[in-house]
Amino acid sequence: MSALDPVAVFRMEAAECLEAIEAGLLDLTHQLDNKDLVDAVFRGLHTLKGSGAMFGFEALAAFTHHCETAFDRVRKGEVAATSELVAAVLAAQDHMRALVEQPDADHGDTGHKLLAQLQAAVGGKTATPATAAAAVTAPVQNTSGKNSWRIRFSLPASSMANGTNPLGLLDELRDLGECTVRANTSAIPPLDALTPTELYVSWDVTLTSEQDRSAIDDVFIFVLDDMELSVDEIDGTVAIAAAPAEAGPARLAAASVSPAPVPAAAVPEFRPVEAVPVKREAPVAASQAKAAENVRVPAERLDELMDRVGELVIAQSRLSQLAGASTDIALRSVSEEIERLSGELRDTMMVLRMVPVATLFSRFRRLVHDLARETGKVIELVTEGETTEVDKTVIERLADPLVHLVRNSIDHGLETPDDRLAAGKTEAGTVTLSARQAGGEVIISIKDDGRGINRERVRAKAESSGLILPGQPLSDQELLQLIFAPGFSTAAAITNLSGRGVGMDVVKKTVEALRGAIDIVSVPGQGSEVSLRIPLTLAIIDGLLVRVGSGRYVIPLSAVEECLELSLEEDLRSRGRSFISLRDSLVPFLRLRDLFRTGTKPDVHQKVVVISTGTERVGLVVDQIIGDHQTVIKSMSKLHNDVATFSGATILGDGSVALILDVGHLVAAGQQQEAQLRVAG
Amino acid sequence: MSANILTVDDSASIRLTTKVTLTNAGFSVTEAVNGAEGLMAAKSGSFDLIVTDLNMPVMDGLTMIEELRKLPAQAGVPIIFLTTESDADLKARAKAAGATGWLTKPFDPENLVKIVKKVLGR
Repeated sequence: MSALDPVAVFRMEAAECLEAIEAGLLDLTHQLDNKDLVDAVFRGLHTLKGSGAMFGFEALAAFTHHCETAFDRVRKGEVAATSELVAAVLAAQDHMRALVEQPDADHGDTGHKLLAQLQAAVGGKTATPATAAAAVTAPVQNTSGKNSWRIRFSLPASSMANGTNPLGLLDELRDLGECTVRANTSAIPPLDALTPTELYVSWDVTLTSEQDRSAIDDVFIFVLDDMELSVDEIDGTVAIAAAPAEAGPARLAAASVSPAPVPAAAVPEFRPVEAVPVKREAPVAASQAKAAENVRVPAERLDELMDRVGELVIAQSRLSQLAGASTDIALRSVSEEIERLSGELRDTMMVLRMVPVATLFSRFRRLVHDLARETGKVIELVTEGETTEVDKTVIERLADPLVHLVRNSIDHGLETPDDRLAAGKTEAGTVTLSARQAGGEVIISIKDDGRGINRERVRAKAESSGLILPGQPLSDQELLQLIFAPGFSTAAAITNLSGRGVGMDVVKKTVEALRGAIDIVSVPGQGSEVSLRIPLTLAIIDGLLVRVGSGRYVIPLSAVEECLELSLEEDLRSRGRSFISLRDSLVPFLRLRDLFRTGTKPDVHQKVVVISTGTERVGLVVDQIIGDHQTVIKSMSKLHNDVATFSGATILGDGSVALILDVGHLVAAGQQQEAQLRVAG
Repeated sequence: MSANILTVDDSASIRLTTKVTLTNAGFSVTEAVNGAEGLMAAKSGSFDLIVTDLNMPVMDGLTMIEELRKLPAQAGVPIIFLTTESDADLKARAKAAGATGWLTKPFDPENLVKIVKKVLGR
């Protein structure tokens, strides 16, 4: 990847810019007269337009121009910011995003519709598109052959202080052709009246050049408006005064009001072209130090670094093994030192991948805003714990599930304003998104103060779809968890909001793929809270290393409840039924040896590792428990996407590969087996 | 002799383009992301030329130019501002505040170098 590709940088920046514009617009909906917000939005649009045009995003620049113009008028107080305008620009903003992402795609007449909307919002008047260029110099007929001019010019007294170097201008004239230059020094005052930064000299130049008159104007392009310039063709036929008629008196007036004297000592004299050696060392060390406080690193580089650290951890554990078997004291001490260092490096690495959930939460403001418009509900979005940091990958993967949960809260949970008032609640419903850290987990919850989950309806739906048996006793938590079953929906009618193909089952799957869990609390009439518990980091986990047949596997330690021995007697008794009794409750178990078809004979002393996801448990029968193992997770190739039993692979200290068991999947398989057995009686 | 140039722009892509263009032309470039940082950089360093955007958060380019021109040490340092066609009014104000010249956005890198050389007089 090229960090130095301006177009790539522009895309990144445009995305940020659009986010900032969106945030500004959303804030603005609540405080239409906030001038700072108007300015901020204007600036965002302005930057987007300017940079867009620079990097070849013409359509974007042209489109954004209209929005910018609208905001410019608000900024200048010509029109008031209205919610229609904000809504129009908010809608337009999505179009801009599309124009950034696919500048060449055919966007149909979306743009025109949006502009019509915008036009209506600012009272039918938007500025005409920017005209190509208001050329500063008027084209002048080219006269062929050489021309001679007599050029007289004097610059404003302040022009040197403002960075114009008359010597540079003279050099440019010399570049045009043959020149004779005469300085008119008559205006230089006596020394005690002289201000060193002011310009008192005017010039008289004769120039013979093949260039036309506009070339002379080009030389003076930056000062043309304020200076006195007369250019006469030497044969005397044409006399053009470039200076505005009133420039003369105006200059005199300006000159008579002499500017505040500048302490001469502080001024580096005149600044002739190449004199005054300037200090070159240590230019702005301070600002460089400041820039270094934050470094932008592409995520893929962090992933690479993570990989390297992972390999280091593996190599280190091999070293530990070797050192452990050795009597060499020096080797052991080096090994210990490296173990400490790689541990620290790993911890540092983890922190690098952490980003505040604010980046995730900020997306929801727009969603809630849109949903409020769609549903006619009054919704207040509260976010808490935005500084809580979570692994970047987790944030990315959680985005869609969270959107679904927020949609659900608003669509199913919150009542209409009338219903709320009738229930004695405030008109506005509140949806709270919060994040907090608890031990090695981050808990992200979505809470609403709506009507709560209707248990009867959940039960009726689950019974009618065959998920549970009629009248089957379930704990409250089990009942609530039913909403995560595939295809489950309590919405009487599938609305525009729900039923978009992403179901709660997908939410659950995603969370479990992250080795997390979901808890639901719901009080009828008071609202619901769905909490996602996600491990802090994904790349390295503590695992329990087990052996099945000749293969070794890793079970995530966070899911392990206990390990026990499967007595021969119990093994025989449970054959075909696959349940063990664990403190008066029956726990289904899976024989991994059968599952993996190892074809080996079971060990005499088989072990059962009981794993759980929240409330459900399943036992895994293994041949041997090897022990704790810190595991660097490597994802498996696309070819293995369908293999649900494993969530990844890891490399062991001796260089061999072990597969990591997918706890969620195994528990589900166990539960399924249990349900089948129960049905079978 | 290569010149030290300070560029002030809130847009990373424009900063990058400016930097690459000017560095390739043999200048050394220091960057600042807004007027306030630009002012600080100018105070703590020594630049032969400043190229600045006008619309920026925290401190805009216009204010920065005004503040710079109040500093005796910054007298005579050329300031080029980047502007769009629609900023005609702003252009006049920037000139009045003490800017030396301007460059219209979107700009052609070649043009930037040309203008920089013109203003530096080389």
